Amino acid sequence: MNMMIKAKNLIHEYIRRDEEGNVESIKRALDNVSLDVKKGDFVAILGHNGSGKSTMAKHINAILMPTEGTLYVGGMDTKEDDHLWDIRQSAGMVFQNPDNQIIGTVVEEDVGFGPENLGIPTDEIWKRVEESLKAVGMLEYRSHSPNKLSGGQKQRVAIAGIMAMKPQCIVLDEPTAMLDPNGRKDVIRTVRELNQKEKVTVLLITHYMDEVINADKVIVMDEGKVVMQGTPREIFSQVEKLKSYRLDVPQVTELAYELKKAGVPLPDGILSIKEFTEELKKIIR
Amino acid sequence: MLQRLKRQKKRFYDCSINKSENRGEPFFLGRMTKRKDKFMIRDITIGQYYPADSVLHRLDPRVKLIGTIVYIVSLFLFDSFIGYLLAGAFLFGVIKLSKVPFRYIMKGLKAVLFLLLFTVVFNIFLTPGEAIFSWKFITITKEGLRVAAFMAIRLVFLILGSSLMTFTTTPNQLTDGLESLLGPFKRIHMPVHEIAMMMSIALRFIPILLEETDKIMKAQQARGADFESGNLIQRAKAMVPILVPLFVSAFRRAGDLAMAMEARCYHGGEGRTKMKPLQYKKRDYTTFAVYVAYLVCIVVVRKAF
Repeated sequence: MNMMIKAKNLIHEYIRRDEEGNVESIKRALDNVSLDVKKGDFVAILGHNGSGKSTMAKHINAILMPTEGTLYVGGMDTKEDDHLWDIRQSAGMVFQNPDNQIIGTVVEEDVGFGPENLGIPTDEIWKRVEESLKAVGMLEYRSHSPNKLSGGQKQRVAIAGIMAMKPQCIVLDEPTAMLDPNGRKDVIRTVRELNQKEKVTVLLITHYMDEVINADKVIVMDEGKVVMQGTPREIFSQVEKLKSYRLDVPQVTELAYELKKAGVPLPDGILSIKEFTEELKKIIR
Repeated sequence: MLQRLKRQKKRFYDCSINKSENRGEPFFLGRMTKRKDKFMIRDITIGQYYPADSVLHRLDPRVKLIGTIVYIVSLFLFDSFIGYLLAGAFLFGVIKLSKVPFRYIMKGLKAVLFLLLFTVVFNIFLTPGEAIFSWKFITITKEGLRVAAFMAIRLVFLILGSSLMTFTTTPNQLTDGLESLLGPFKRIHMPVHEIAMMMSIALRFIPILLEETDKIMKAQQARGADFESGNLIQRAKAMVPILVPLFVSAFRRAGDLAMAMEARCYHGGEGRTKMKPLQYKKRDYTTFAVYVAYLVCIVVVRKAF
C-alpha cells in the first residue's frame, strides 16, 4: 500500500433545505473526482475560488463525507465511523486562518493539544511537542502566547500542532492566504522541509503559483472537477489552458511564454528565474 | 469604549502641544501616554495571562483557585481598618511574589472603573446615618463615606486578587484546575470537562475579539461613523453596526475553531491524557499552610476589633 490518498469518483453536494426540510438548492462542489496521492509526495492542488479544492481537503480529514464515491486515506475508507479518529490522526489538517485553529494560550500547550486528544502518555507528549516545534523552527517561542506571534509564526505553530500527532500526511488548506510574503515563504519552506526530512506526504491547496513550482505533482481543479494533472512543468507549459480556468502562471513562465509567442525560441514550461536566464544565455550565444 | 476613544483623541492632541500635560491623569493611565498611538481596546488586561517565572506561576492551579476563593471570602469577614491593612499587605506580598509589574496589574482596574464609581456614589449618597453635608435632597453621611471607602477598597482588592490568579495561571492550567476541583460533580452528570473547555476557549478569544472590535470600529470611523456625539441612546444605536459584524465573525470563528479541534481528534474529555498533569508538590502544601495562617489572622482580627 503505497497510496496515501485514493479518491474514486468522489461526488459531494451541498444541499440547502428550507424550514420544512425540502431541498431548496443543490450545489455540486465535487464532481466525479478521482485522484491518487503517493506516500511521501508533495502534491499541490490549484484552483480558483469555488473550484472545490477546500471541499476536497475536508474530505481527506473526514470532516465532510462523500455524497457518492469513496475516498481511501492510508487504506481506510472515510465513510467508516470506526476509522474516523485513525484517519484524522493520519491526515492532519492546517486551515487558512491561523487565529481560528490555535486552541492553546501558550505555544507548547497548543502543540500538545492533538497528542492529548489521542491519549498519549505525558512524557511522550513533551517529547513530541519539542520535536515538532524544533521541526518547524519555533522551539524558542515555546512559552510565548500565540497572540503575540506573526501570522507566519502562528501558522508554523499550527503545523507543529499537526506534526505532534505524527501524521503520515498533512493537508494544508490555503495556509498562506492570510500571510504577508515573508510569512508565506517561511511556511512554505517549513512544509517543504517536513516533506523532505520527515517524509510526510503533503497536500498543499493554494492559489499562489509560486508555491507549487517545486511540487512533485500539480492537480488543477475547476468547478468541482479535476481538469489537469501532472508535473509543474507539464502544467505550466499550458499557459492558455490555465488561463481559461482563471489561473495565472508564475511570472517568469508568463514572460517566457510571451517571448516565445513573439518569436524568441524558448522551451515551454520555464519555472524559475535561474532556468530562464540560462535558456536566454544559450540563445544569445 | 467611547470614553477610551475620547481619551485617546484628547491625548493625541495634548501630546502634540505639551507632553507633560497628561501627568494629571489617574495613575494607571498616566504612563500609557508613552504608547499613545497603540493605546487601544486590546489593552484591557483583565483575564489575561502574564508570562513570567515566579513561585506563583509554578504553583498548582488548584491551589491558586482555592486561594482566590479564600481571599475573596476573607475580604467579607472583617470590617475594620486593621483587617484591610492585613488583606492589603497579603495582596501586596503576593503581587511582589508574582513578578507581574504592578502597573500592568493596575491596568486591569480600568475595565471596572465604572462599576467602582457606581458603587462608591451609591454608597455615599444612599447610606442613612449622621449627616455631615446636606444640600436640598442630597445628603452625605459619615457612615456613607465610610461604607463607600471600604466597599471601594474591597472591590479593588477583589479584582486585583482574582486577576492576579489569571495573570499567573495559563487558561489551560486554570481549566485543568477547575476540571479537577469540579471532578466530583461528574457523578451527577455535570459536563465538567466541557464547561472547563468552553471557559478556556473563551479566555483565549478575548484578545482576538477585542482586536476585531477595534478593527471594525476603525473601519466604521474611516467611513464616517460617529461613536462620540449625541446622547446615550444615539451612541448606543451607533454601536449596533459594530456588534452585528462582531457577532457574525465570532460565529464564523467558532465554526472554524470547532472544525480545527475536530481535525485534531478532539472528542470530549474521554480518553484524553494531559500534557501537564496536576500534582501537588511541596510548595503547594506550604501555600495551603499560608492560607490557613492568613485565615486565622483574619478571624482573630474580626473577633478582636
